[in-house]
Amino acid sequence: MLIDHPLLGPRDASEFIYMGDAKLLNRPNWKSQNSKTKFLDYGYLRKNPAGVHKELWYHEQGDRSWLLVTRNTVTHEILKVELARDTKGK
Amino acid sequence: MKYSGFKVLWEGLKGNTGWKPLWRNPDPKKNYDIIIVGGGGHGLATAYYLAEKFKITNIAVVEKGWLGSGNIGRNTTIIRSNYLLPQNQPFYEFSLKLWENLEQELNYNSMVSQRGVLNIFHSDSQRDAFVRRGNAMLMSGADASLLGVDALKKLVPFLDFQNSRFPIKGALWQPRGGTVRHDAVAWGYAKEADSRGVDIIENCETTNFLIKNGRCYGVETTKGVIKSKKVGVCVAGSSSQVMGKIGINLPIESHVLQAFVSEGLKPVIPGVITFGAGHFYVSQSNKGGLVFGGDIDGYNSYAQRGNLPVIEDVCEGGVALMPMIGRARLLRTWGGIMDMSMDGSPIIDKTKIRNLYFNGGWCYGGFKATPASGFCYAHLLATDKPYNDAKDFLFNRFERGRLIDEKGQGNQPNLH
Ligand SMILES: Cc1cc2nc3c(=O)[nH]c(=O)nc-3n(C[C@H](O)[C@H](O)[C@H](O)COP(=O)(O)OP(=O)(O)OC[C@H]3O[C@@H](n4cnc5c(N)ncnc54)[C@H](O)[C@@H]3O)c2cc1C
Repeated sequence: MLIDHPLLGPRDASEFIYMGDAKLLNRPNWKSQNSKTKFLDYGYLRKNPAGVHKELWYHEQGDRSWLLVTRNTVTHEILKVELARDTKGK
Repeated sequence: MKYSGFKVLWEGLKGNTGWKPLWRNPDPKKNYDIIIVGGGGHGLATAYYLAEKFKITNIAVVEKGWLGSGNIGRNTTIIRSNYLLPQNQPFYEFSLKLWENLEQELNYNSMVSQRGVLNIFHSDSQRDAFVRRGNAMLMSGADASLLGVDALKKLVPFLDFQNSRFPIKGALWQPRGGTVRHDAVAWGYAKEADSRGVDIIENCETTNFLIKNGRCYGVETTKGVIKSKKVGVCVAGSSSQVMGKIGINLPIESHVLQAFVSEGLKPVIPGVITFGAGHFYVSQSNKGGLVFGGDIDGYNSYAQRGNLPVIEDVCEGGVALMPMIGRARLLRTWGGIMDMSMDGSPIIDKTKIRNLYFNGGWCYGGFKATPASGFCYAHLLATDKPYNDAKDFLFNRFERGRLIDEKGQGNQPNLH
């Protein structure tokens, strides 16, 4: 798989470490109500779709940026690549 | 159908005209006591033990494809009980004991071959970790011993003992580990479940569950609605897809794991060998092919095929451990979808819907677990109580912070 890095252009996926579902960008507030349930959901529960999936890839063998990749888990087609920091909170 | 040496001779004389299909091909009935969703190894074993040990025979196993189309027919066939944690080790030892008697019990040759499993270590600290693991194995009644370099050289002289980066210092040995003909396991369980009255319904996908007032009373399938008192889900890599139909998110990601087979070679690898400095494990099939594997590809996937970097990595691991295989040619590779749980350990539990049960999260180690998983799931389905050796494989361990994390990697499935 080639990941089209927004700054560096197409890079081989093996330069990256896969960090899982992009829901990890939205860490719950520990002071919120039901924060225990929210953290269970955040830390452990996953939609794990067959199809379009938003996920995090860390460019360890490169510029160490975190990318938000939209990818199809059935075909491995990469549909969109963004810098995670640009999408945070959006 | 009964198999015996006499029967083989007799059929040989009659031109092999008397063999019959191992299971019927029934249409689904309207009602069952229990429906098992997923006719992989675990689903079929569950049906067999329900019928044999718990005398419940009004059961359907509903399978999306054909028997053996899932991971039961795709794995690298290794069985062993060399786990560390007290929640895991007795379970896998229970499974190994069931394997040892499986062929007699099912009257079916699944080629259970206890040729031994060698876990090679390459440093002093790794030796210490393996000593600890070996002791944990002995405490659960399993067999384990530590081999030094001299003993190892007698057993597997072809390893690269002097490798300058990863010198070989010895191995943890489990002589009772080995390999099993994987799809024969599915066929054997199917044959014996069928002969006890279990309906095995192939090419029948479960598309939804029938639920009323928080209770499950059957499934919708591509062959119509089938009702039952209890439903047990057992679909390995499809776990999230199936449970997602009723909005249940699982602590599971689906990942692809590849397997590799070389061209047929003369017998050279005596048992199973695993590399301690990278991820590579190998055995040799009865036809002579080297059967090997390594890491999962590492990203969510439902594609049943992997990518080249992992093939390269696995082959590098193999050549680092045993340079002689560098000249063997790779014949086939394929992939299977693994239900990778967040702590690397399985779940056999009730769900929040009454009468709906779940078995999954086997990661890439569920083949060896097939008999015990089936037994323990049957126990849960029949009695509503977890079997003692599987009592910790529950959903609530994630909220209670009581993860069963063999490798201590945390909640990242691609590290388990
Ligand atoms: C390449 C590879 C190597 C492996 N090596 C080993 C090994 O050496 N040792 C080891 O212990 N384990 C190994 N494993 C893991 C092991 O194969 C699995 O953990 C185990 O087989 C999973 O259980 P199962 O047999 O029930 O799964 P499966 O055979 O996958 O059964 C699940 C079944 O559910 C069916 N299904 C899915 N959705 C539906 C639906 N909606 N309705 C009806 N049916 C449905 C599927 O068609 C499938 O047949 C390996 C796996 C792979 C892929």
